[in-house]
Amino acid sequence: MSDIILEIKDLSTTVGEEKTPILRNVDLSVARGETHIIMGPNGAGKSTLGFTVMGSPVYEVGSGKIIFEGEDITGLSADKRALKGIYLSFQNPIEVPGISMRSFLRSSLQQITGERIKYSDFNKRLEEAMELIDMDPSYADRDVNVGFSGGEKKKAEILQLLMLRPKLAILDETDSGLDVDAVRTVSKGIRAYKDKYNGTLIIITHNAAILESLSVDKTHILVKGRIVGSGSGDLTDEINRKGFEKYING
Amino acid sequence: MANGKTIINDIDHTRYDFRYAESSEEYIREDDGFTEDIVKRISEEKGDPEWMRDFRLKCLDLYNKMDMPCWGPSIEELDMNKIASYVRHKSDMKNNWEDVPSDIKETFEKLGIPQAERLSLAGVGAQYDSEIVYHNLKEEVAKTGVVYTDIETAMKTGYEDMVREHFMKLITPADHKYAALHGAVWSGGSFVYVPKGVKVDIPLQSYFRLNASGAGQFEHTMIIVDEGADVHFIEGCSAPKYNVANLHAGCVELFVRKNARLRYSTIENWSKNMFNLNTKRALIEEGGKMEWVSGSFGSHISYLYPMTILKGNGSKMTYTGITFSGEGQDLDTGCKVVHSGADTSSVITAKSISKSGGIGMFRSSVVIEKKARNAKCSVSCDSLMLDSISRADTVPAMDIRAYDADVGHEAKIGRISDEAVFYLMSRGMSEEDAKALIVSGFADSVSKELPMEYAVEMNNLIKIEMSGHKA
Repeated sequence: MSDIILEIKDLSTTVGEEKTPILRNVDLSVARGETHIIMGPNGAGKSTLGFTVMGSPVYEVGSGKIIFEGEDITGLSADKRALKGIYLSFQNPIEVPGISMRSFLRSSLQQITGERIKYSDFNKRLEEAMELIDMDPSYADRDVNVGFSGGEKKKAEILQLLMLRPKLAILDETDSGLDVDAVRTVSKGIRAYKDKYNGTLIIITHNAAILESLSVDKTHILVKGRIVGSGSGDLTDEINRKGFEKYING
Repeated sequence: MANGKTIINDIDHTRYDFRYAESSEEYIREDDGFTEDIVKRISEEKGDPEWMRDFRLKCLDLYNKMDMPCWGPSIEELDMNKIASYVRHKSDMKNNWEDVPSDIKETFEKLGIPQAERLSLAGVGAQYDSEIVYHNLKEEVAKTGVVYTDIETAMKTGYEDMVREHFMKLITPADHKYAALHGAVWSGGSFVYVPKGVKVDIPLQSYFRLNASGAGQFEHTMIIVDEGADVHFIEGCSAPKYNVANLHAGCVELFVRKNARLRYSTIENWSKNMFNLNTKRALIEEGGKMEWVSGSFGSHISYLYPMTILKGNGSKMTYTGITFSGEGQDLDTGCKVVHSGADTSSVITAKSISKSGGIGMFRSSVVIEKKARNAKCSVSCDSLMLDSISRADTVPAMDIRAYDADVGHEAKIGRISDEAVFYLMSRGMSEEDAKALIVSGFADSVSKELPMEYAVEMNNLIKIEMSGHKA
């Protein structure tokens, strides 16, 4: 029997006071260590899915459940979910003036693990992670994302992933806006997370390049808030060749 | 998210709220109100020289003739007939901490003043109600010729001419009604003289505590930094809360001579029954530099607009300030600068945080005179409102008479972004901590200018504030 880490059951969400529906009756089951891809046209609700699993208050859950490691987390706030081991890499990471990446990561790590970590150990770990994704060490002492280029912000999200080592990581278009080299670097980081920490991944993407070095277990197609097709990793190639037309009209 | 909203309380003032009631046997308290008899008695009490006594009476006359200020928040609730102009303990100023009367000593110990002196200050003055109760300057600093005392003592110890030459010359009694009142009943404060070329490495600090209920504090601060000298002066203010109005109408006159530098830091945490009608002004000579750092957290109503006159060529000014206005607070603050000399520059950076219906107003006034060739000035003003019932305003005024001035102004008003809160929460931070981090990040560029212990205190204030817990 496979070890299911995340189970989404019949999940529907709305946004705003008018309760505009976004996700409609989504079912998704992810086993520990697996890599799932979510693809779909713009406006399909892909980011909403990531935000909802992370616990964003913007989206209201109308029906359905989110089960993480056997526990219903549908009503938990984002911080509680983070403590349980869920991570979301943002498409547009937020700038946080007044706190350095180093202190931010250390306090976040201590918060999540509930343990104090020695400065020297932490710094070593940070250095290694930064080296892996070709990030200049000076970024550690800059305020979180403040004045970072688009590419550095995305790398910083992967840096956080490597430092926090969550059980489940949702990557929301981490590859968008990156050049070829940066995509490769970021993929290296994602792969390290997967291989070293037996990471489980849900990757929201438009682009096959980020997946080249990863073995994909399942691909899901999200259209108008519904999962309209699921398949093996090969489905990704097919979508990249033929687009979503078949699913949109189907 | 299903859980409830963050409760955001007012800044917790309980740390400042303790007080020792003054007994009539130990304290001298003037009758309420402001009359000629009262002014004469204060003058006599102090042993003023004749010119000062006459000056006080002229000021009182002027005060009675002048109108109330009309541009800012209403101060009609302030009943001047219910304010005592002068309250003091019967003992004199001490320069040995052990000799300070015990109730006063305990008050300042609770506020951490003697501890701070031992750790990080070159000199300390402590004013309790109307009089300075303690003054001390480290011996090695005194040896360099630095004078740090109160105005009264300065006049009696060889500096009368210097005081007379400068006293209320920058801020004249005709400036506004409360400047005139200050001239009539001023008491206590600080006199600092830093001789030519002397650089004082660690700060001097005066702490003002208004303990008596229904009283006014009218301290006068005069700092003269002679050519090439350098000093950092810190003033802190606090008061326990009463149900009746208290008044603070101090004056600060700063003289920065050729190539000298003065940094003037203020942390004001008056209680919320305080009307803070304070006036500060600096005159900068050639190549001199004035640095203002200001944190205003307290008072019911404030009128506070530090002004700098860049008189000498190449003189400079920076102003870095933050205000935090909560429930029942209307903080009308700002910064004025007059560029008179050539190649002068000024940088004004102001932040304001308002919540629970608090009002934060920032007025900037920039004047560049015709002769101020090649002047540079930049004004930036950021406001953060924590809820929809609070207010933030900025009113910039610029009067540019030189054709080659380089002047910039920017203002931003915003709220805490929900997206930013969610981002931080997704990294394991609670909602309260996330909000506190965003607010302290907003304040960061100001708090890092503050002396260390105040920066820590400011961050604590913000944390206490945001989490809604009592300290």
